[in-house]
Amino acid sequence: MSHEVTKTISEINARIKSGQAVVVTAREMTDIVRAKGKVKAAREVDVVTTGTFSPMCSSGMLFNFGQEPPVMRASKVRLNNVQCHAGLAAVDAYLGCTEPRRDDPLNKVHPGTFKYGGGHVIEDLLRGKAVRLWCESYVTDCYPRAALEKDITLAGLKTAMLLNPRNCYQNYNVAVNLTSRIIYTYMGPLKPGAKNANFATAGALSPLFNDPYFRTIGLGTKIFLGGAVGYVLGAGTQHDPKPKRTERGLPLSAAGTLMVRGDLKGMNPRYVRGVSILGYGCSLAVGVGIPIPILNEDMAFFTGVSDADILMPVKDYGHDYPQGIPRVLGHVTYEELLSGRVVVNGSETAAVPLTSLSMSLEVAQKLKEWIEKGEFTLTEAQERIVSE
Amino acid sequence: MESESKYKKIVYLTFPPDVSNKPVVCNLTRLYDLCFNILKAQITPRQDGHMTIEIFGDPQAFEDAMSYLKEHRVKVHPITQKISRDEQTCVHCGMCTALCPTRALAVDTVTRLVVFDPDKCSACGICTNVCPVKAMEVFPENGNH
Repeated sequence: MSHEVTKTISEINARIKSGQAVVVTAREMTDIVRAKGKVKAAREVDVVTTGTFSPMCSSGMLFNFGQEPPVMRASKVRLNNVQCHAGLAAVDAYLGCTEPRRDDPLNKVHPGTFKYGGGHVIEDLLRGKAVRLWCESYVTDCYPRAALEKDITLAGLKTAMLLNPRNCYQNYNVAVNLTSRIIYTYMGPLKPGAKNANFATAGALSPLFNDPYFRTIGLGTKIFLGGAVGYVLGAGTQHDPKPKRTERGLPLSAAGTLMVRGDLKGMNPRYVRGVSILGYGCSLAVGVGIPIPILNEDMAFFTGVSDADILMPVKDYGHDYPQGIPRVLGHVTYEELLSGRVVVNGSETAAVPLTSLSMSLEVAQKLKEWIEKGEFTLTEAQERIVSE
Repeated sequence: MESESKYKKIVYLTFPPDVSNKPVVCNLTRLYDLCFNILKAQITPRQDGHMTIEIFGDPQAFEDAMSYLKEHRVKVHPITQKISRDEQTCVHCGMCTALCPTRALAVDTVTRLVVFDPDKCSACGICTNVCPVKAMEVFPENGNH
């Protein structure tokens, strides 16, 4: 397959370094491709920046808190009374963002408010606050310490990285509730009789709608993660390589995901926020932005995606989802969802967003600024993510 | 429909114990030709009365009615003193708009920002629990949480 326009990532990087690269956000690219066509757009534009800012539950912090002799191999670790996974070497642990505080009343009084959890600990650390570390262990000849309790800060941690096994869902369900009572889900509160339809994703701004077949995004792709530089580590958990697609290649279901990593120490709490979802639990809202190199007119075509092209599946979270029934009530476009009203099962309902589109655009614009200033260059993916 | 007339205002009233058992609010209609919708009302064990009320009608009649209430030792508080949004905390996701009963919280379809209109707010407090980043705050009524 030959292209009329071909560019390489190293050519684009040379243009970034000399300050000549043409960088636009995914929102701007939609209009450019519509006005000029994909070939002309591919000639003119070098990089399209995407962005999303949304709760991403499969996120967490991998950290090492250093030794305080006599040394220790911690088997139980807590930060501000939030349990971490400590089944790793000595003073390594992993804090998952959905882990609530140990004394949280959970859903005993429904719907629970889940005021503080792993995501909030991560945000507190980023804001420079001291966090209480508590550890316990059995003792060994080489690790005699049995307990340790002290205040820690992000600056004092040996290592702290955001390591998210599943972020950036390519598409997502639109949630409604067909039962006769209100329910509280990870998709927010859903009134009975499908009185509201809650939706996530940043639509045409969202990274994986702009590279639907993962032609440029893969292991080693350098990205914006929480306000700092991060990397894609490959496909995320539950990645679906073979979804049903629209004519222009956009998946009709949640489909692709990414695993990402970045040094927490450079991140900005504006883009890494602990969240509490009523009746469901704690999570972390993460800002992710991915640059898409316009290597040819195909990539210009893909990044020219508009909100009207995106079809999202509507699902019943009252009965079907909890029972694992995959029924799709129908598809609505992202453009319709943004209008605030969509038709579900023949009647009009309020569309309620869960992804901050203003913050998503801010992420894409920040990444654009970094590249325009020559501070951020692109990387070649070292391993492809399977997607067909 | 009165509820669609131009002037409407939501206020929060507090009644001292010796007033809370007297018919006062009905006089808003009898004496001032105002229409009202009681959003929330409570009499505490100490016999203090609390009421969140939406009032519709003529602006001058509204002012006169408020003077009448004050003469009867009913305290009138604008609802805006009862609820606020921390602008630094809000991320403009939109989840609060799912349950806001008066549409005081709504997404602007152009800017995609969540707009908070205190004039429409009934201070029900639902948003304080729904908001994922706890940006909405309702001040307690006389220390009752």
